[in-house]
Amino acid sequence: MGELARISGPLIVGKGMKGSTINEVVKVGDGGLLGEIIALEGDEASIQVYEDTSGLKPGDRIERTGAPLQVELGPGLLSTVFDGIQRPLYVIREKSGDFIKRGVYVPPLDRKKKWKFTPSAHAKKGGKTAAGDVLGVVQEMDLEHKVLVPPKFGGKIDKLGGEGEYKVDEEIAVIAGKSVSLMQKWPVRAARPYKEKKRFEVPLVTGRRILDTFFPIAKGGTAAIPGGFGTGKTVTQQDLAKYADADVIVYIGCGERGNEMTEVLTQFPELVDPKTQKPLMNRTVLIANTSNMPVAAREASIYTGITIAEYYRDMGYDVALMADSTSRWAEAMREISGRMEEMPGEEGYPAYLGRKLAEFYERSGRVECLGSPSRVGSISVVGAVSPPGGDISEPVSQGTLRITKAFWALDSNLARRRHYPAINWLKSYSLYLDDVSDYYAKNVSPEFMPLRAKAMEILQKEAELQAIVQLVGPDALPDRERLVLDAAKMIREDFLQQHSFEEIDCYTSLKKQFLLLKIIMHYYDKANAALSLDAPLDKIVSISEKREIAGLKRAPEQGFDKRISELERSIDAALAPKNFQKKQAAE
Amino acid sequence: MIKEYQSVKKIFGPIVFVEGVEDAAYNETVEIILPNGEKKRGQVLESSRGLAAVQVFGETTGLDTKSTRIRFKKETLHIPVSDEMLGRVFDGSGEPVDGGPPIISKEKLDVNGMAINPAARAEPHDFIQTGLSTIDAMNTLVRGQKLPIFSTAGLPHNDIAVQIARQATVKGEKTDFVVVFAAMGITYAEASFFMRDLEKTGALQRSVLFLNLANDPSIERIITPRLALTTAEYLAFEKEMQVLVILTDLTNYADALREIAAARQEVPGRRGYPGYLYTDLASIYERAGVIKGKKGSVTQLPILTMPEEDITHPIPDLTGYITEGQIVLSRDLNRKNVYPCIDVLPSLSRLMQLGIGPKHTREDHGGVSSQLYASYAEGRDLRNLVAVVGEEALSERDKKFLAFANTFEHRFVTQGKYENRSIEQSLDLGWELLASIPEEELKRVKPEHMEKYGRKYRK
Repeated sequence: MGELARISGPLIVGKGMKGSTINEVVKVGDGGLLGEIIALEGDEASIQVYEDTSGLKPGDRIERTGAPLQVELGPGLLSTVFDGIQRPLYVIREKSGDFIKRGVYVPPLDRKKKWKFTPSAHAKKGGKTAAGDVLGVVQEMDLEHKVLVPPKFGGKIDKLGGEGEYKVDEEIAVIAGKSVSLMQKWPVRAARPYKEKKRFEVPLVTGRRILDTFFPIAKGGTAAIPGGFGTGKTVTQQDLAKYADADVIVYIGCGERGNEMTEVLTQFPELVDPKTQKPLMNRTVLIANTSNMPVAAREASIYTGITIAEYYRDMGYDVALMADSTSRWAEAMREISGRMEEMPGEEGYPAYLGRKLAEFYERSGRVECLGSPSRVGSISVVGAVSPPGGDISEPVSQGTLRITKAFWALDSNLARRRHYPAINWLKSYSLYLDDVSDYYAKNVSPEFMPLRAKAMEILQKEAELQAIVQLVGPDALPDRERLVLDAAKMIREDFLQQHSFEEIDCYTSLKKQFLLLKIIMHYYDKANAALSLDAPLDKIVSISEKREIAGLKRAPEQGFDKRISELERSIDAALAPKNFQKKQAAE
Repeated sequence: MIKEYQSVKKIFGPIVFVEGVEDAAYNETVEIILPNGEKKRGQVLESSRGLAAVQVFGETTGLDTKSTRIRFKKETLHIPVSDEMLGRVFDGSGEPVDGGPPIISKEKLDVNGMAINPAARAEPHDFIQTGLSTIDAMNTLVRGQKLPIFSTAGLPHNDIAVQIARQATVKGEKTDFVVVFAAMGITYAEASFFMRDLEKTGALQRSVLFLNLANDPSIERIITPRLALTTAEYLAFEKEMQVLVILTDLTNYADALREIAAARQEVPGRRGYPGYLYTDLASIYERAGVIKGKKGSVTQLPILTMPEEDITHPIPDLTGYITEGQIVLSRDLNRKNVYPCIDVLPSLSRLMQLGIGPKHTREDHGGVSSQLYASYAEGRDLRNLVAVVGEEALSERDKKFLAFANTFEHRFVTQGKYENRSIEQSLDLGWELLASIPEEELKRVKPEHMEKYGRKYRK
C-alpha cells in the first residue's frame, strides 16, 4: 500500500510503492480509481489514472492489485459497447445514469448470463491437449464461438464438462490441474501467441469501388487513412465496418465524437450484413472512448481493442479492426509523457511513438492459429490518422506510413466538391495488389487487373493534361486527348464516386465493380476506334449510352451482367464505323 | 474543515504557489484574500506534499507573498443553477451583473461536468431550420449538434449568430430555443449588440448571458464556457428545454489556456499552445447532444476567429476535428457584398444526413445539395481558368457553369438579415438556379426528383 505524493492532471506520483511492477494496475483514493504504473524510481511510481482525477489529494492511499491491465475474453463481447478499459457502457448507464460517474466498476462480461456449451468431439477426458485446442463451442450471436485452451495451458484433460448451460466464470474443464472456464483474462499490452504468420492471399472485400478495384487491402493487412477534418475518415471507417467481409468487426472510437458513436450504435442494429443478412451489430464489438473521456483510458483503448481482435482471430476468424483515430491515441501518449517531463521527440511526441505505432500495427496479420484443428485467422487493421492542418509530414502520419502497406489519401479538395469517398487516386497506393491479383483473376475475371491498370493510366494522363488545360484551355487539346479527359471524367464520376447513404450504391460486389469499369473502358476503346475513322468528337461524346452508364451504379446487382452486354452492343451500334463512314461518303 | 494558509511562496503570472499545504486536492477551489480584503477565486492545478500550484481567476495585481491568505474550500468549482437564471446576465465567473439578486438554489453543479455516456446518447436527427439557405439546404444543422462558425476579424459572424438564434425553429414544434450565451474576451460593443438584439426580439427573457469582456481577467475565460455549459445542461436535461449555446470567441479561450501553460513552463505544442489543447477543447465541445429518454437538448454554435483566414491554425484545426462540421466565412464573399458571407465549399455539416430526407425535410434535399456543391465547385474552378485564358476560350458548357457560380453567390447565398427562408423555399431556389445547367450534367439528382421539383423551372 502506497500513498499519493503528487498530482497533476491524469498523472499521479505514489510513494511507498516498492515492489510494484511496470504496467501493474492500482486503485487510487477512496473511490478506488483505476490507474496503471508507467514508471518506477526508487519507491516512487508514476501512475496514469483512467478516470477524472479531480479531488484526489496528497496522502490518498494507493492500493496495488498485483496484475497488469487485463481484458476479459469470452462469449458476450459481440454487440457490446465498452469504454477504453473495457467497462460495459450500457451496464454502467443502468448503474450510474446518463453521465459517466467515477469509480463505477462492473465486470466486462455478464456474470449471470448462461451460455450453452457443446464439447468438441476431439476433446476427451484423460486425453492430451495443448494451448489453442478447441474444447468446445458456444453460440454467440450468429458466430460459433470456439472455447479454446488458453495460451500457456496444456497437458492432460483432468475434467471436461458435458453439454450444458454455463456462466462465463464457471469451470468447464480442468487441464493439468488448472481450471478453465468460458472466460479467460489476457494482459492488453502483450500480443496473443499464434503458430506462424502466413502470406496474404485474399482481399478484404469492402464494397467500396475505389478500394477494392484500385487500392485493395488484403485480409491480415494494414491500411492508413490520413486526412484533414471533414475529408471523410470516419465515414470511410464506418463504411468499412458496415460492409467489409469479415466475421468480426472491432471498432475503436479513440478520442473522437460522442455523436459518432451514437450513429454506430443506432444504425448498426438496423443495418444487415450484405453477406449473412444478419444485423451488423451482431458481429461488432465497439470500444468508445470519446474525446472528453479520460485521456489515459484513451491510451488503453487501442490495446483493449486489438486484444479482443486477437481473441477472435485465435478461433480462426477474419477480424477487421478500425481505429479512429490513432492520432488521438498518440496525443494521449504525448500528454502523459509531457506530464512525466520526459524529453520530447518531434513535435512534443515521446521518442517511442514510432515503436508504439509499429508494435500496434504488427499485431495484425494472417496467421496459422495455435492448437488443433488447424485454423487460419486474420486481423486487418485500418487506422485513421488526423494530421494537424491535413499535413502528413507530421510524426504520427509518417510513423504510420512506415508500417502500413495500403495508403488511402483523403483529399480536402475532393471533399469540398463533395466527391466522396474523397480518396485521392493519384496519391493513394496499395502494396497488396500482387498478393490479391491471383484471387481476382480466379474469382472475378483475369481481365480485372489489366483493366484496372488501364483505367489508372487514364487517370494519370488526365492529371497531366489538366495541367495543360489550366494554361491554354481545353479547346487547344487534340481530339484524342480530349477523349482521355472525357473517359477520366466518367471513371471519376460514374465509378469512383460512391454514395455511402444510398441503398444500392453503398455496396458494390467485386463482379459488379469489374463490369462497371469494363463498360466504361469499352466505351473508351470504341470511341478511340471511331476517332481513328475521323468521326467528330462532339458526336462521340454525346451518345446517349453515356447517360445510361452514369446510372449504372444505382442499378441492382441482379441481372447486371445482362444489362452490361446489352449496353455494350448498344455502344457498338452507336459508334459503329458505318455511322461515320456513311457520313464521310455523303460529304 | 476549511484550512487557511498565509504562505504564498511565489507568484508567477496567473499562478500562485502556496507552501506548507499538505493535502490540496486536484481541481479544488480556493479563495484568495488579498491584503486589502478583496477576494478572488482560484483552482488547484498541481499538488504535492507541502506545495500547491493555484491558478487565479482574475488579476494578480495586489497579491503579495506576505499577508495574502489562501483558503482551500474542499470542493471543486460548483455553480448554483435554477430556471430563474433565464433572463439574467452574469459576469465571466458567474456573479450577477444586471443588478438582480444572486441565484440561490439547492442544486449546485460541478462546472467541469461529466462525460455523457456514449450509450446514453440519442442520435441527433431533428432538423433545425435557421432560415439561412446555405445552412439549411447545404450544411444542415440538427438538434444536439455542435457546429462552429470559423470567421476572421472584421467579418459579420455576430450578425449571423444572432440571426440564427433569432430564427432557429424545429419543424413542427412551437417551443423556441433557449439561448445560453458565453462571451470570452469580446468587446463591450459586441456584447451589447447581442443583448440589444435579443432584447429587441423579446428573446432576452429566454436567455442566460455570461460575459467575460476584453478588459476582464483573461484566466477567468477558462471557466466562463464551463459555467455556460453547466447551466445549459441543467436547463436541457433537468428542465427539458431546447438550448442553443453560443460561445464566442474560442480563440480568446485558447489564448488564456496558452497563458497558463506558458506560466507553468510546460513543453509547448504547435504555435505555443499546450499539447492537451485538443483534450481541453473537447471537454467543452463534447458537452452537446441529446440523451435517450430526455426531451431537452444542447446545441452548440461556437464562434472562433482564424488568424488571417488560416484554417490550419491549431484552434480551427483542432476544433474541426472535434465538432460536427464547420461554417466557414469568407472575406472574398464579404468584399463582394454577399451576406451571409458563408463559403459553402469548405463548410460542412457531418450530421446533415441524419436530419434531411423525406422524414425530416424533403426527399430531394440530399441530391439538390450535392448538385449545388458540385456545380458551384466547378464554376469556381473555371474562374481560375478564366483568369489565365479569358472567358472567350471557354466552351458553351463551361460558360454556363461560370455564370452559375455568380448567380449562386448573389441569389442563393445572399439574403437579408431578417429574411427567414423556409427549407422548401431554399430547395426550390436551388432547382431554379440549376435550371441554367444542361440536364445531362446534373448527375447528382435523381431523375424522378427532377420531374417532380425541377422540371417547372426548365424552359
